[in-house]
Amino acid sequence: MAILDELLNPYWIQIFQHACVVAVSALGLNIIFGFTGLFSLGHAAFYGVGAYTAALLMKSYAGAYGDGSFLASQAAFLGSLICGGVAAALLACLVGLPVLRLTSDYLGVATLGFGVIMKVVLDNADAFIPQLGGARGMTGIARMTSIPWAVLALSAAVLLVRNLVHSTYGRVLVAIREDETAAAAMGIDTFRYKVIGFTLGCSFAGVAGGLYAHLYAFLHPSSFDFFKSFDVLMIVVLGGLGSMTGTLVASFGWTFLLEGLRVFLPPEYIEFRWVLIPVLLIVTMLLRPQGLLGVREIPILQSRVNR
Amino acid sequence: MKRMSLAHGALALAWMALGICAAAAAEAKEIRIGLITPLSGDVKTYGESVKNSFLIAVEEANAGGGVAGMKIDYVIQDDRNDPTEAANAANLLVNRYRVKAIIGAVTSKASIPVSDIIQAARIPTLTPTGTNPKITVADGKRKDYMFRSCFIDPFQGTVMARFSRDTLKKKSAAVLYDASNDYSKGTAEVFRDAFRKMGGAVAAYEAYGKDDVDFSALLTKVKGSGADVLFLPDYYSKVGLIARQAREKGLKVQLVGPDGWDSPDLVKIAGDAIEGGYFSNHYSPDDERPEVAAWVRKYKEKHGQVPDALGTLAYDGTKLLFEAIRRAGSDDPKKIRDALASIRDFHGVTGKSSLDRNGDSVKSAAIVKIEGGRQKFVKTVNP
Amino acid sequence: MENFLQQALNGLQLGLVYALIALGYTMVYGIVRLINFAHGDVFMVGSFLAFYAIERYRLPLPAVFAAAVIGCGILAVVIERVAYKPLRNAPRIASLITAIGVSLFLEYFTALHQVFGPNYYAFPRPFRVVSFHAGEIAVTNLQAIILAVTVACYLVLRFIVYRTRVGRGMRAVSYDVVTAGLMGVNVNAVISFTFGLGAALAGVGGVLYGIAYPQIHTFMGIMPGLKAFTAAVLGGIGSIPGAVLGALIMGQSETLTAAYLSSTYRDGIAFLILIGVLLWKPTGILGKPRAEKV
Repeated sequence: MAILDELLNPYWIQIFQHACVVAVSALGLNIIFGFTGLFSLGHAAFYGVGAYTAALLMKSYAGAYGDGSFLASQAAFLGSLICGGVAAALLACLVGLPVLRLTSDYLGVATLGFGVIMKVVLDNADAFIPQLGGARGMTGIARMTSIPWAVLALSAAVLLVRNLVHSTYGRVLVAIREDETAAAAMGIDTFRYKVIGFTLGCSFAGVAGGLYAHLYAFLHPSSFDFFKSFDVLMIVVLGGLGSMTGTLVASFGWTFLLEGLRVFLPPEYIEFRWVLIPVLLIVTMLLRPQGLLGVREIPILQSRVNR
Repeated sequence: MKRMSLAHGALALAWMALGICAAAAAEAKEIRIGLITPLSGDVKTYGESVKNSFLIAVEEANAGGGVAGMKIDYVIQDDRNDPTEAANAANLLVNRYRVKAIIGAVTSKASIPVSDIIQAARIPTLTPTGTNPKITVADGKRKDYMFRSCFIDPFQGTVMARFSRDTLKKKSAAVLYDASNDYSKGTAEVFRDAFRKMGGAVAAYEAYGKDDVDFSALLTKVKGSGADVLFLPDYYSKVGLIARQAREKGLKVQLVGPDGWDSPDLVKIAGDAIEGGYFSNHYSPDDERPEVAAWVRKYKEKHGQVPDALGTLAYDGTKLLFEAIRRAGSDDPKKIRDALASIRDFHGVTGKSSLDRNGDSVKSAAIVKIEGGRQKFVKTVNP
Repeated sequence: MENFLQQALNGLQLGLVYALIALGYTMVYGIVRLINFAHGDVFMVGSFLAFYAIERYRLPLPAVFAAAVIGCGILAVVIERVAYKPLRNAPRIASLITAIGVSLFLEYFTALHQVFGPNYYAFPRPFRVVSFHAGEIAVTNLQAIILAVTVACYLVLRFIVYRTRVGRGMRAVSYDVVTAGLMGVNVNAVISFTFGLGAALAGVGGVLYGIAYPQIHTFMGIMPGLKAFTAAVLGGIGSIPGAVLGALIMGQSETLTAAYLSSTYRDGIAFLILIGVLLWKPTGILGKPRAEKV
């Protein structure tokens, strides 16, 4: 009973929803980096674009449609999430068209640079759209994200990635990761598929951003700087590149570890939280260089052929 | 006989145990409050002076028999100066530790998400140092459980603009601010507008980034603009760097700034480049009032240094909350909130303050001059 | 025009400090293909060592440099042994993650009171800064020292890489690790040496940075590290002159953006230049295109 009481505490419920949001975003990066092999260090920028777009739309237009009824507001929320995803996808396509000509670490640096530029834009966003708040942060966002929304979004994301990976598209993406030259030699327009993979992955980040905005109800540019891109990258690599199960495990593990340390560290050692986290990260990586799960999947996520 | 004494002993022990339990039960009346402060990350140093000051206030209260007959029990959480972590910390304190009141957060970007959560949970919360107006009032809505015990951004900008224009008789101002820091940006905007309104010219208005250390380009620009006063709304660490580089660039302008300047380290970083600068502050450490001297001595004894402005504000803020609990005479959050809202003329280290209907502190500012490497009190300015 | 020259001089000072950090990035990358994200934090440790050497032990300037150089060198070798070497045959991304881990660890660990502490410390100036005026332009002795030290470091580095046995080993390992090993190069020793050498330069950078921008704290390494890394990529990562060229461009672009546009955009413009250059030359200005082996 006590355990149930603990688990149903609104605090843990909030963290659970956050973990779902992180997982959606990380699944997106797994498409980009894990399956297609595109080294992106700018994921948080797309997450931020989704968050700001969804929040702005919801804040400006939800009142116009919603007569305050439950259904109308939920529908508006769904619409704003989709818009957040689309905005991130559009931007990803725009950025990807030139940048995806680069390979490996150079692509990483270019996307990292894009992340830094995006942070500068968000810091000064209030100059062109005052509601975005700029460096003071954006307030007045409704708390729309709930357990059903978080779970629904995560399930949809998992289903989408699963079907993608086992489709012909997915095979092409993996082929590009394994050997781009060979894939091109097979007559595949590798660049086109890279843009598709990148755009799709970033749209996940956009939707996740929309969920984040309506979960924490406050947006600040510092929540979308390049450190946050590193966070997602760490999750994807920790879980195992190209493993959906791994990404899910690592997303939940990472989020609950960060928060769990608050509760389980003795109060006088609370400042050691962020000393312990990197140590755990390094040790895990040394013990499991291929990630916690490598490329393994739980059966339900495997393709029928391999099963 | 021997057995008898054993039995007696056991009985005595049992009674003693019962007595202790009863005493504990009688004393067990506790009130739990939370503190949210950055104990890791780039502003850890501010977070720690807030924590130290908070603990001194709690210790004093408990040594004096608690507040309204209740011992103060506390939970401290780290927010890493990150909005998401601050929200999580507030959720944890409210829902899992069931605190009755919160002190925090320290920075504005952490305090805003905290204010939303405590408002929904109806837990009275007081930020000792968050200056962004949006913490207490956002989008036209007053968050009636949120309070603050420091100035808001607009006040200091106006004070320093008036001081520069009327007292120092300066005609042309330059402003350098951190575009990613809302405290800096907010104060800068208000100063610029106020200075213009008072008939002055703003010759240069330039932004820099949070991690910039090289201000030579901006200072060269300021030099070329012909401004005779330079407003630097930022924390002492940045101000010290800018002042020093200004001196090396041969700039001869009057430097003025807000309370972020307050730290003994400012002179250490800036050297004599900051000499003659004026800034607005909540109080002056060399103020003759006994509260100030006692506070500085107490902090020094415990932590070996003079408290900075953030620490002092946190001490006052915590005591303000205790005063409200005392007046409420209960650990009921609603009653504590009502008591907080009704506080007028609270005497703290940083002077007399009242909470207005927005939950913001109304208090006078002190203008301080840096002379001979020390802070010298100049005058008091009323709101 | 004087104004422009003055700004360019400011940019040169910044660029030279970046160059010292960028050299470490480029050498390590050239040899093990690792973006060593912890490099900026090693630079921070260098600044702190110098701070203690001056403030607490009152050492003369050459000894201060020596303390930072040796301290950083040892730290980098230890990091390499503990966090990177075990992963040398693992996927490359694994050591990138441990590099991020080491970076976070150094930042948060050194911020504890038991280590350096969380405060912003005033870096003591070991000498007085004097400016000399040539017409409208002011040149400080500090700028002259930074220029001299950086040029000296660059020459020493070139000498080591092109004129010594261990330098030949470095070039061989950079060209092909396996073959170099077969040819009798002690690969582990060469890699450790490279990390140590790169960190030693970062240590020198840390001292100069502390003197030039006299305020240090444990998170100070992040941005210079990121900028220097960008500079290394801009110039062509793996190329020693490229790192210096990239750093000088970064320094100028930042200063001139701040001077003629707005300081808010200095990071943005720097990265726009980077992306632009990469699109024009995908391996940086002086980088050699690597033929992909099929």
